[in-house]
Amino acid sequence: MTGQRSRIALMFGLVAAAIIGTGVFQSWNLALAILNMGLVSAIMAMGVNMQWGYAGLFNVGVMGFLALGGLAAVLVSMPPVAEAWAAGGGRAWLALVLGAATIAGLIWLHRRLPPGRRRWWILAAAGVVGLIAFRALFGPAVDAIEDVDPAVSGYLGGLGLPILLAWPVGGVLAAGAAWLIGKTALGLRSDYLAIATLGISEIIIAVLKNEDWLSRGVKNVVGLPRPAPYEVDLQADPGFVDRATALGLDPVEASSIAVKLIYAGLFAVVLIVILILAERALNSPWGRMMRAIRDNEVAAGAMGKNVKARHLQIFVLGSAVIGLAGAMMTTLDGQLTPSSYQPLRFTFLIWVMVIVGGSGNNWGAILGGFLIWFFWVQVEPMGRWLMDVVTAGMPEGSALRDRLLASAAHMRLLTMGVILLLVLRFSPRGLIPERPA
Amino acid sequence: MDFLNAIVALSNFVLIPALAYGSQLALGALGVTLIYGILRFSNFAHGDTMAIGTMVAIYATWALQGWGVSLGPLPTALLALPVAIAVTALLLLLIDRGVYRFYRGVKAVPVTFVIASIGVMFILNGLTRLFIGPDDQRFDDGARFLIHPRAFREATGLAEGLSIRTTQALTVVTAILVVAALFWFLRRTRTGKSMRAYSDNEELALLSGINPERVVAITWIVVAGLSVIAGVLYGLDKSFKPFVYFQLLLPIFASAILGGLGNPVGAIAGAFIIAFSEVTVTYAWKKVLTYVLPDALAPEGLVQFLGTDYKFAVSFIILVLVLLIRPTGLFRGASA
Amino acid sequence: MTQPFLDAIGMTGGYGAANILHDCTIRVGTGEIAVIVGPNGAGKSTAMKAIFGMLRLKHGRIVLDGENISHLTPQARVAKGMGFVPQNRNVFPALTVQENLEMGAFLRRDDIAETMEQVFALFPILKDKRRQAAGELSGGQRQQVAVGRALMTKPKLLMLDEPTAGVSPIVMDELFDRIIEIARTGLSILMVEQNARQALEIADHGFVLVQGENRYTDTGRALLADPEVRKSFLGG
Repeated sequence: MTGQRSRIALMFGLVAAAIIGTGVFQSWNLALAILNMGLVSAIMAMGVNMQWGYAGLFNVGVMGFLALGGLAAVLVSMPPVAEAWAAGGGRAWLALVLGAATIAGLIWLHRRLPPGRRRWWILAAAGVVGLIAFRALFGPAVDAIEDVDPAVSGYLGGLGLPILLAWPVGGVLAAGAAWLIGKTALGLRSDYLAIATLGISEIIIAVLKNEDWLSRGVKNVVGLPRPAPYEVDLQADPGFVDRATALGLDPVEASSIAVKLIYAGLFAVVLIVILILAERALNSPWGRMMRAIRDNEVAAGAMGKNVKARHLQIFVLGSAVIGLAGAMMTTLDGQLTPSSYQPLRFTFLIWVMVIVGGSGNNWGAILGGFLIWFFWVQVEPMGRWLMDVVTAGMPEGSALRDRLLASAAHMRLLTMGVILLLVLRFSPRGLIPERPA
Repeated sequence: MDFLNAIVALSNFVLIPALAYGSQLALGALGVTLIYGILRFSNFAHGDTMAIGTMVAIYATWALQGWGVSLGPLPTALLALPVAIAVTALLLLLIDRGVYRFYRGVKAVPVTFVIASIGVMFILNGLTRLFIGPDDQRFDDGARFLIHPRAFREATGLAEGLSIRTTQALTVVTAILVVAALFWFLRRTRTGKSMRAYSDNEELALLSGINPERVVAITWIVVAGLSVIAGVLYGLDKSFKPFVYFQLLLPIFASAILGGLGNPVGAIAGAFIIAFSEVTVTYAWKKVLTYVLPDALAPEGLVQFLGTDYKFAVSFIILVLVLLIRPTGLFRGASA
Repeated sequence: MTQPFLDAIGMTGGYGAANILHDCTIRVGTGEIAVIVGPNGAGKSTAMKAIFGMLRLKHGRIVLDGENISHLTPQARVAKGMGFVPQNRNVFPALTVQENLEMGAFLRRDDIAETMEQVFALFPILKDKRRQAAGELSGGQRQQVAVGRALMTKPKLLMLDEPTAGVSPIVMDELFDRIIEIARTGLSILMVEQNARQALEIADHGFVLVQGENRYTDTGRALLADPEVRKSFLGG
């Protein structure tokens, strides 16, 4: 036990040293940026670790849940667009309710009708009628909404509430989606769950990109309210400038660092709360049972454990944590850009974090989050430096030199693959392995 | 007349594109299903295998074009296929040696292979971007049309011109030839039969003296062939963009699962079901309906069930329905 | 018996630390049928696997036709003339009957048509169903495919692990007749059987195993006549 404790201390010490080193040798702004996104990444990794490490559920739809969190940030914090609501908000939501009612009705019909070919014909007919009605109501409403000042809004906006509220809402939104997916896809073989979650995440991104009335689509929602003051306001505040100059800092840089520190504090609080809850859950009878199910599903099922219900629980919980992290990330970015969600970055990179850090161990997931994020950011400058060295002797303007210099930008994917494979091969339980139950 | 016009419009926008797309998916899904049948894992790196193989083919095509080599009306890329397949096969064999063979030796659980394939996916994706970059590349040449719409209109007097692009015809013909060759190989040759035997009952295959490492190596070579051809045909038909190839993973897996993982016939059927559903559901039917229906009933809207950006939703919904109703796929797979 | 064709002497071993076999000896003469019987968990199948090289032995050696083959892999033992029919999963269900037989002969480089005709002569029903997938056949027919597949290597020793498990009594009798027929061609046969009485009736030699040890070893007829064996293992 002490062995592992000192290992944890050593690993986190190394990460801290790497971030401080960034501050000393590059810039404190960059170091804090890495720290902030590292904190968010650690929370994402904890969410995936709950599903994979505790319960062995293979979820490759992380990106979708993160994006739902991001959508929550918009829906909670942006001011409502009154004109758009007047133009078609009510009708749009009515149409969505109608659509949901159609699906519920189809499920109800499916249960009530006797099996056979007749049932499928009735279901198909009802489905088409529902779809036509939905489109008839929804289409014009959406057109009306999207016509409202499309250059700056063209969407319904949000509720105009403080953005911090969006974090739990993001968790709830992701949890709801997870419940729906889990209800259908859990209990299937792990490969199937993987493909199902991969599909769902692509669909969520497609919705964010295309449903302009909801999220402005690829026009992006920018200027989300912030939980921290704006840098320009700080620079205009004489008190702040005095304190900065007293510390020997440039006010502009100081303002940026101060804002990042506020974010870091907020994120750290969330991380610590989730870590405490997750550790208690993992070491409770519930957590032990979860791991027992993971290690031997058949035996656990035979002992009367309701495997599917437990899996649904942990799937929803883990997705909620991912959704929360997604809302935090969008808050940090200050904007929602649906086209920036790429599976390699937002699904598979999180997986690298969990596997490298140590699945089944919360500390491992957090370490993986920080470490992999650090590499993700720093591999590019490292690669550029390497290429500078390699190309130093080459003539200016040679094609090979340009090629090599340009390639540095793509080194990070390669590096992540190599790190994942090396850890999986030589330290398959991760840098901080799971503790025996 | 209107009826003929409707058929031509339907062919142009639904039947022919879906046939071509289905052929591309089928070749991809065959690769996935072969790997599943022999190596028993879902290969997440398959989309990127297609991408890197296509990249090699593109460079080879550019080299051939630079030397003035041409196939006349056919795309030069066809000549580049053997080189690209050889390079990709070599790469896959190296990856198997460096990554997967170790996990076979320790009899790792399938999900370990899947995670390893995620690592391979990152590496292949990185290599592709490193060498050719993330942008669109076009490498088709030769004649653009097999049947030009204007020529068709002039010849028949119809308002709608039938259009069959060379790449579309080529895709379908090549896919038929490749699938025929694959099935001949699997059903008629000693090696092919030993692969099926290994996929069917690994223990008994060992008892019969079938060498598993040889079966695995041949599988990777066949997969290299299938994925390069699929990737090149897709690239000729549309265009080459690494990220799009990564995204093809979803419809390809949907096809393979739909047909029953490990079942080659099922993979082909699944691919065409997915392709036709995607195209049908995302096509705006206004034009066809306007021809067919009497004027009074002519539709006002586009009559499109879903926007084209939701095409993934189509594969996904079909996939989920099949998994719920018949978890082993439409054709029984090796998964049971 | 002079030099037996198969001489598995003093086999001791198991899957983990605990031994399942304790100094167990099995011998089969040329052209003989030898049967291993015994209660559940006696190590009958384990003995079979040990002989075939699917189990690492701590002591003992396996001699086939005068050659020590203890260190060989199962595949190499196939090449040396052993044919093995496992109890479960002993056909390729998705392959046709004919392909199953071809796979049995995978290691052979010579013409296999003649051997296949011999198998078809032995099991005529397989000839009719040669193009059908083995998985679609009845249980008894599947066992015929399994035996036929093992015969395709032209083995000198055919090993059958409970060939009659799960088939009807009529099919069992039929299968035993075929096995006698195979032995008449000069093949040595070693089988593990649950149906001890019927098996001993056709056996030249019987080995009664209990907890991994040889309890009784004699000719089939003698074992059937032994009142002790009858009482304890043949149900009176």
